[in-house]
Amino acid sequence: MLDNNQLLRFTTAGSVDDGKSTLIGRLLYDSKSIFEDQLQAIENTSKKKGHEGVDLALFTDGLRDEREQGITIDVAYRYFTTPKRKFIIADTPGHIQYTRNMVTGASTANAAIILVDARHGVIEQTRRHSFIASLLQIPHVIVCVNKMDLVDFSEDAYNNVINQFEEFSSKMLVKDVRFIPISALLGDNVVNRSENMDWYQGAPLLHTLENMHISSDINKVDTRFPVQTVIRPQSDAHRDYRGYAGRVASGILRIGDEITVLPSGFTSRVKSIDVLDKKLEEAYAPMSVSVTLEDDIDISRGDMIVRSNNKPEASQDIEVMLCWLHNNPAKPRAKYSIRHTSNEQKAMIKEVVYKFDINTLERNNEDKELKMNDISKVKIRTTKPLMVDSYRENRTTGSVILVDDATNETVAAGMIV
Amino acid sequence: MSKYYLNYLDELESEAIFVLREVWAQFDNPVILFSGGKDSILVTHLAKKAFYPAKIPFPLMHVDTGHNFPETIKFRDDIIKDLGVQLIVGSVQESIDEGRVAEEKGKNATRNALQITTLLDAIESNKVDCAIGGGRRDEEKARAKERFFSHRDDFGQWDPKNQRPELWNIFNGKHFEGEHFRAFPISNWTEMDVWNYIKRENIAIPSLYFAHEREVVWRQDSWIPNSEFLVLEDHEEVVTKKVRFRTLGDITITGGIESDADTLEKIADEVSGMRQTERGNRSDDKRSESAMEDRKRQGYF
Repeated sequence: MLDNNQLLRFTTAGSVDDGKSTLIGRLLYDSKSIFEDQLQAIENTSKKKGHEGVDLALFTDGLRDEREQGITIDVAYRYFTTPKRKFIIADTPGHIQYTRNMVTGASTANAAIILVDARHGVIEQTRRHSFIASLLQIPHVIVCVNKMDLVDFSEDAYNNVINQFEEFSSKMLVKDVRFIPISALLGDNVVNRSENMDWYQGAPLLHTLENMHISSDINKVDTRFPVQTVIRPQSDAHRDYRGYAGRVASGILRIGDEITVLPSGFTSRVKSIDVLDKKLEEAYAPMSVSVTLEDDIDISRGDMIVRSNNKPEASQDIEVMLCWLHNNPAKPRAKYSIRHTSNEQKAMIKEVVYKFDINTLERNNEDKELKMNDISKVKIRTTKPLMVDSYRENRTTGSVILVDDATNETVAAGMIV
Repeated sequence: MSKYYLNYLDELESEAIFVLREVWAQFDNPVILFSGGKDSILVTHLAKKAFYPAKIPFPLMHVDTGHNFPETIKFRDDIIKDLGVQLIVGSVQESIDEGRVAEEKGKNATRNALQITTLLDAIESNKVDCAIGGGRRDEEKARAKERFFSHRDDFGQWDPKNQRPELWNIFNGKHFEGEHFRAFPISNWTEMDVWNYIKRENIAIPSLYFAHEREVVWRQDSWIPNSEFLVLEDHEEVVTKKVRFRTLGDITITGGIESDADTLEKIADEVSGMRQTERGNRSDDKRSESAMEDRKRQGYF
C-alpha cells in the first residue's frame, strides 16, 4: 500500500433477504480478503446445512446465536484492503428492533450502503436506513439496486428505484447520493464491471468506494481540541512539561495560534504540538497530540481548547435528536449523566418535543414516551454549560450520550440540533 | 496547501492513542495485558506514545502459563527495564499448586483455558479495573463483535448479546465495584496493518517472529516446537527446520511456518501473500466453531 492511502469506514444495513451478507461476502471474496481456512470453514458449514455451493453470506456470521438463527444481531466489523484504500465495514442488522445497532454503526461512517431489492423497489426498510444515514449525517450514501439478475438487468427497473428513492429522500439531508445497479450474487458491478448492463455508465461499487473524496468529511474550519488528560512527567528531564493530551476534533491548530480555554475563558498561545519526541508545526483532525501553551493555566479533562476567534456555543439548554438505546424506557424528568467529548455533567430530559416515526417519516406529537429504538426531538438541561456545535456542523462536538447512573448503562445517543 | 488528511496507519495510531488516554482518564487502576506477542508489544509502544514524555502510567500484567518460549520471557524483562514500568505476573503454575485449576489431561492438553482463572484472579487481587488487551476484530469472528471498552461482570464474564452501544468516540467505562473492563485500542487493525506499522516504526519484537532454525514436530498441520513439555507420539519425529511464528502463544500450542523471512520487510511481504489466517496455526482455536466465543464469555483475553 502507498503511504498516502486513506481509511474509509462504511456501514451496510439490511437483512439476509436483501443480499447484504452476500454483498459483503462478495466484496471480501473478490478483493481476496477471505483466507483459505475461513473459506474452508464456510464450505464445511454450507455442506452441513445442506446448501448448494458455498454460501458467502455465512462469512459474516459472528456469535453462536447469530449462526443458529441466521440473522445479524449486533454490529460486526469487517476489514479489507485494496491497493488504494483500507476499508472498515460496520455490518449492522436492518430490522427495526435493531435501530440502535444501526445508529451505532452509522456514527463513525464516511459512507452508507443502502441495499434495495430491484424486484420490490423502495420499501419501509429502505426509508428507515436512509433516514438513519441522514440523521447521523453520513456524508456519502450509495444506493445499491441489488438482484438486477432477477429483473433481467432491466434499466427501467433500475430507474424506477431511483425515482422512488428521490421522491421520499427530498425530505432528508443527504449531501451525496449515488446509485449503482448490482447483482451481489453474480458479482455484477460489485468489484468488476457488469457485462450485462451496458446502459449503466457509472463505476462499480468498489471503484466508487476507492475513489470518493472523503478528505472533506471532517470539519477543517472550526478548531476544537477537547482535553482528555494532562501529561506531567515527574522526571528531572521534563520537570516543567505540562502537556494537554487530546485528539483534534475538528479544524487545525498551529503553533502561535491565539487560543481560549473553555469554559474558564483564559487565553494563551500554542507553544508546541508534540507526538512522542516529534515536534509538529500544526495538528488537524483526527490527530492525537499533546499541546503545550505559553502560559500556565489551570486546565483539566473536560475543558476545550479553541481558537479565540471561533468559539462553540456554551449552553445549559440543548435540543437534541435522541435515539433511545436501552430496554428500560426513559423516566419522566429523570436525571442522567451526559457525556460530550471528554466532558461529563448531569442532565435532565425536560421535554419531549415530538417523536419521529422512522417508517413513515412523520412526527408524532402525542406519544411522549421514550422507548428502545425511538428517535425523538427532546430538550435537555445540564447542570453546567457544554461547549457545543450543531451536529450538522460537527459530528464530534455535536454529539452526546446519556448514561443511567443507577445501572451505568449507555441509554441514549443524541445529535445536537 | 499541504494535505489535511491522515493516511490509514496514522489514523489507526491516533485512534489507539485516543483509546489509551481515555482508559487512563476513566479508570483508577488499569494494566496492559502483556504476553510478549507482537500485538501486546504494539499496544505498549502506542502507550509510550500516548503519555510521552511521561512514562507509561500503569503496569504491564503477564499471565505466565509456565509453558513459555524462553525468548519471550527475556524480551518481556528487557522491555520492562527499558520502560521503567512495573510488571505484575499471574502464574498458572501457582493456580495449579493452590488447587484453583486442574491440569488438562490427554495428548492435546494445554494450559490455554487455565489462564482464564489465573487472569481473573490477578485482576481481582490487584484491584485492576481495566485490562488493556491487544485483541483485534479481524482475528476471529467472536472478536469482530468486541467494543473498544468492553464490560465484564463481577465474575469476569462477557455477555456478547448485552453489550453497551458505542457511538462516535464517546466511551462509557462506568462500572460498579468488582466489575472490570477490557479495552482494545487496536480493535481496528488487521494483521497486515500491525506488520506495516511495526516496520514503519521499527519496533523491536522477539526473535521468534523471524525465520530461524529450530527443532520442531509436524502436528495438526503446523510445526510445533520441541520443548520439555512436548509428549511425542510414536509416529512423530523431531526434525530441524527453518521456521518462524506468526503469533506467539504457549510453546505447546503455537505452530510455526516454514519461512526464510528474516527481516521486517520480508515478513511484511510474506504476510501480504498469506492465504491462511494467523490463528490458523493455533490449536486452541481449532477445538470448535465457537471456541473463542466460549472462552471469551468466561473471561479470556
